[in-house]
Amino acid sequence: MIDCPDTMSCQQFQSLLPELIGSGLVAADHPHLQHCELSNSLLADLETIAEAARQLLPIVDPPEELWEQIESAIKATNMPPITE
Amino acid sequence: MSNSGSSIHSPDEASKALSGDATGVGPRAPDGVETGLRQFPSPPSNPEEAETLAAAQQGDHLAFARIYSQHKRRIYSLCLRMVGNVAEAEDLAQEAFLQLHRKIATFRGDSAFSTWLHRLAINVVLMHLRKKNLALVSLDEVMEPSPEEGPGRSFGTADLNLAGSIDRLALEHAVADLPAGYRLIFILHDIEGYEHNEIASMLDCSIGNSKSQLHKARLKLREALCAYPRQEERR
Repeated sequence: MIDCPDTMSCQQFQSLLPELIGSGLVAADHPHLQHCELSNSLLADLETIAEAARQLLPIVDPPEELWEQIESAIKATNMPPITE
Repeated sequence: MSNSGSSIHSPDEASKALSGDATGVGPRAPDGVETGLRQFPSPPSNPEEAETLAAAQQGDHLAFARIYSQHKRRIYSLCLRMVGNVAEAEDLAQEAFLQLHRKIATFRGDSAFSTWLHRLAINVVLMHLRKKNLALVSLDEVMEPSPEEGPGRSFGTADLNLAGSIDRLALEHAVADLPAGYRLIFILHDIEGYEHNEIASMLDCSIGNSKSQLHKARLKLREALCAYPRQEERR
């Protein structure tokens, strides 16, 4: 758990956020958020963005012709594979 | 190359013997949303996949076609997400697989094959961006966008509040407008579901750097998204 004195400023808290979020810790449990509306709002927004991203730009199939193009290019270039 | 003379017009059929499309739906994918997470753990957990990889490394064209079939969607989608243009994405995916064909024998299994292939594709994309922008876009440079490209310092101000909802189109535009380095990290982590240690391995950066860049990307997106309604109102 990241140590947090009650006197922590928003700036100090926000500087901890990359590590706090990236480490999988429950950022919402941080003591600073018990009394800081500003940082709560920031955290909520960042979580909303991350959540929305998961439904963004779904994976798609390349066109069928792509394999034929790759195969043709492999034959055309006839370059030897790199072995080391 | 043992099968170099044969023409394989349907790599999908060639891969039917393998377990599924190997596109996979990862642990963070919401219901009904296919995000396409990792395919090969390291080493490949499926002996058949390992055999296919080994055969491709020996020059087996059929095996290479199977690998193409397994990875084509994720590589193409990565290219498309990075450049936002179908024609360019096709060219980049083709170049990535051509490079894979040349270099596959050099894969030693130090990381997951999909991670290795992703890194290869990322380098192809970055090389493309370098040529396109006529500016240096190395992996190091994209990981350290200039200060003016970074998020503003007033990210904690109270008037920025997304109120729990995001316009999908606005988010797509905002992602497309991110500096390449932020966009790359955001795509890999938040859209594709890679963990920071995997991204660090792919991009040759520290885990801390990956976390920091992702955070800055999200802050930058927040700025853009909060400005979006105001821009619309002005029209």
